[in-house]
Amino acid sequence: MAEVLERVTKIIVDRLGVEESEVKLEASFKDDLGADSLDVVELVMELEDEFDMEISDDDAEKIATVGDAVNYIKASQ
Amino acid sequence: MKLEGKAALVTGASRGIGREIALGLAKQGADIAVNYSGSETRANEVVDEIKALGRNAFAVQCDVSDSESVANMVKETIEKFGKLDILVNNAGITKDNLIMRMKEDEWDDVININLKGVFLCTKAVTRQMMKQRSGRIINISSIVGVSGNPGQANYVAAKSGVIGLTKTSAKELASRGITVNAIAPGFITTDMTDKLNEEVKDQMLKQIPLARFGDPADIANVAVFLASEDSRYMTGQTLHVDGGMVM
Repeated sequence: MAEVLERVTKIIVDRLGVEESEVKLEASFKDDLGADSLDVVELVMELEDEFDMEISDDDAEKIATVGDAVNYIKASQ
Repeated sequence: MKLEGKAALVTGASRGIGREIALGLAKQGADIAVNYSGSETRANEVVDEIKALGRNAFAVQCDVSDSESVANMVKETIEKFGKLDILVNNAGITKDNLIMRMKEDEWDDVININLKGVFLCTKAVTRQMMKQRSGRIINISSIVGVSGNPGQANYVAAKSGVIGLTKTSAKELASRGITVNAIAPGFITTDMTDKLNEEVKDQMLKQIPLARFGDPADIANVAVFLASEDSRYMTGQTLHVDGGMVM
């Protein structure tokens, strides 16, 4: 758990240029972290690479918060 | 050379305008994935010509209206070239008829290949181009997509749709360094236009200020420009390459 969150956090910090302290599980990419739709698409692409998995378009559309991403990755590992 | 080290995928590249664009890009240094639908022999000839220029090329069969084969084609291209810089959406067909007589499948077939195919190929390459933070997408529309043309409701609707799709993809992808532009060819001498009867051809010639039909190379020259750094400050545009037919 901690490890997944750590890796996800690093990607979000790098990609969106936010502070690590802002990356909370309940934080919404668009509302809290300043991402636009294309940023979210790119984040999902990077998560796919980082965790060596494929996230379908349908599933990707449901990922709105940091917690959604972490839970999705954990569930598919 | 303007495209040294670039990798391109050209759909419908075994014949006509697509073939000439593939060769034009290769002459400027690009490696080319030569997509074809039915003409395998002619696609292989294009591949051989490109290899003779010292560039890398391979032929890939794919129906651009089928999302799964499009995804596979793009995957294969990226695997072979390690990247993808240029997509030319050129594949197209005609099934002309007056609206009164046009069958539903004539409408569907043309929309599926000429419009949906552009969407599917664009969708399939954006992931790679977004990662690269650069890319060039060139859509081949048609001047009749701007002017309308009796007997071609399906073709005109598709080509007009391509212009709208070009503008929207341009807006969506600009922030990632990807430009999307369209070319609207006028009357270009190819297998597609050879099917028209002499009377229609004479009528068209009268409407062309430059007083000649275009050559596929006239389109390829503009495609090379749009694929190169020379066009870096333009996106979402449709260039009329038609001898002045529609202004």
